[in-house]
Amino acid sequence: MIRESYLNALTVLVLLAVPLWAVVADEPFTITLMTRAAIFAIAAIGLNIALGIGGLVSLGHAVFFGIGGYAMGILAHHAQTYTAVFEWPLLIEGTKSMPVIWLVAVVLSSLAALVIGILSLRTTGVYFIMITLAFGQMFFFFAISWAEYGGEDGLSIYVRNGFPGLNTLVPIEFYGLCLGVLLLVLVFAWRLSKSPFGLALNAARQAPVRVETVGLDPVRLKLVAFVISGAITGLAGAMFADLNRFVSPTMFSWQTSGEIMIFIILGGVGRLFGPVVGALVFVALEHWLGGLSDYWHIYLGLLLLLIVLFGRGGLIGMVSGRRAVHD
Amino acid sequence: MTEAVLETQGISKSFGALRASRNISLDLKPGEIHAIIGPNGAGKSTLIAQICGTLKPDAGTVKLLGRDVTHDPARVRAQAGLGRTFQISSLAMEDTVLQNAILGALGASGRPWRFFSDAVRDRDLRAAAEEALNRVGLEDQARSRTAELSHGQRRQLEVAVALTLKPKALVMDEPMAGMGSEGSKRLTGFLDNLRQEAPILLVEHDMDAVFALADRISVLVYGEVIATGTVDEIRSDKAVREAYLGEDA
Repeated sequence: MIRESYLNALTVLVLLAVPLWAVVADEPFTITLMTRAAIFAIAAIGLNIALGIGGLVSLGHAVFFGIGGYAMGILAHHAQTYTAVFEWPLLIEGTKSMPVIWLVAVVLSSLAALVIGILSLRTTGVYFIMITLAFGQMFFFFAISWAEYGGEDGLSIYVRNGFPGLNTLVPIEFYGLCLGVLLLVLVFAWRLSKSPFGLALNAARQAPVRVETVGLDPVRLKLVAFVISGAITGLAGAMFADLNRFVSPTMFSWQTSGEIMIFIILGGVGRLFGPVVGALVFVALEHWLGGLSDYWHIYLGLLLLLIVLFGRGGLIGMVSGRRAVHD
Repeated sequence: MTEAVLETQGISKSFGALRASRNISLDLKPGEIHAIIGPNGAGKSTLIAQICGTLKPDAGTVKLLGRDVTHDPARVRAQAGLGRTFQISSLAMEDTVLQNAILGALGASGRPWRFFSDAVRDRDLRAAAEEALNRVGLEDQARSRTAELSHGQRRQLEVAVALTLKPKALVMDEPMAGMGSEGSKRLTGFLDNLRQEAPILLVEHDMDAVFALADRISVLVYGEVIATGTVDEIRSDKAVREAYLGEDA
């Protein structure tokens, strides 16, 4: 058995060493895969705050991922066609600046999470899953019918957006940027889980009645967690669109929501590094098994089944031998 | 007459044809332990739920510190100083004992919207939590996971969490249930001293504890208070003997 902290350190080492090796060996596609995993990890860390700490099983996180993606797509599309997003009541032009796009993605996905959260948190359990899923489908079909921005075909962006001081077209530089964001988000999630808010949210998952009895509002705690969670997943969506230089309604699909959840279940629900390990393993399986067979999801399904049946703590729990989730 | 800290005036609650509370009026005065006894199904838990705010009465009012709180949710009553312990422990089982106590202190502080500082290392929260754990004698278990505690220890932790709120009044639903006689005796001694700090509305089946502690007793039968009085008055009340205590009591 390996201690969980060593396992976390090993994960960071993989995130650092594999891309560096890829640079030396001149394997740019490996860097792209690692970037994909890093961005998926950010999305899943977002969901893990709602799901792992708050116990909110959201099957609608694709909404935020997609909003982030479309924030990037729409702003960059207008920038590359030299048109305005809005002309009235005030002129808003497109942009190719990543920091601006990220800010827009975070603000819009938090707003969406606030509205969806207020409505969904009136329910719990299966109903919560269903209502979040329904919101996801609403956004999915809206994006499909939004002809102005490509409808079903989505939007292609020809040149990756820029970040001050970096050449984002160089794979390793873009990866470095994504890794930097991932590490910041990890630190944030770690602080949050230890914070007074995290402690109260954690208790609101386990014993909501208790939380009320000490004078706190469990629903409000969960709502704030849902907004933070949506904001982080939205940020990941903008980055994902930039990685592919493409957005399509697929980002809003329920499969996307499911995949984000799968990352967490693979790695370990409620564990800080669970989403990171899950995203790395998922991308690796997608690459290798996907190369063997188009039906690689069968193997993924088997793996998930084994983990859910025999290792409730996810891969981290199985390797470190610690089943329980929280400190 | 001293003013009541906690008071119900004619509260009634029905579930369909079942009248779980019938026009119940009782109060809790400073410095006293007011016990509520009654056979199973008498409506004790329903009464407590209405006092604490998890159930709304069909009629009547609940007053806390002279203020009408009938329409306030449990959270607001807790902020106003109503501490509560549960019949079935409702603690965060995966968390440590200290974390559960800190949750109480956090609720009392009213400032849960802090996302970066460390809750367990927060000096004020920790001091309040440790003080409460010391008082109930759980200081050695502070780092244990709550799920690993014995039944009696969970009861102690329930009391400790309630104490972190610095309550003005306490409502305790069977704090002795499932405790050994040793633990029950210790808790009795503890509650005896606690009444000066916060008066206690005590629902309890353990008659030794009730007779040892209570300043007043109210007897609840079929949702109705059939008698209220001192221990001696209740012991000698004919209706109570017939309805509840049995002839040998």
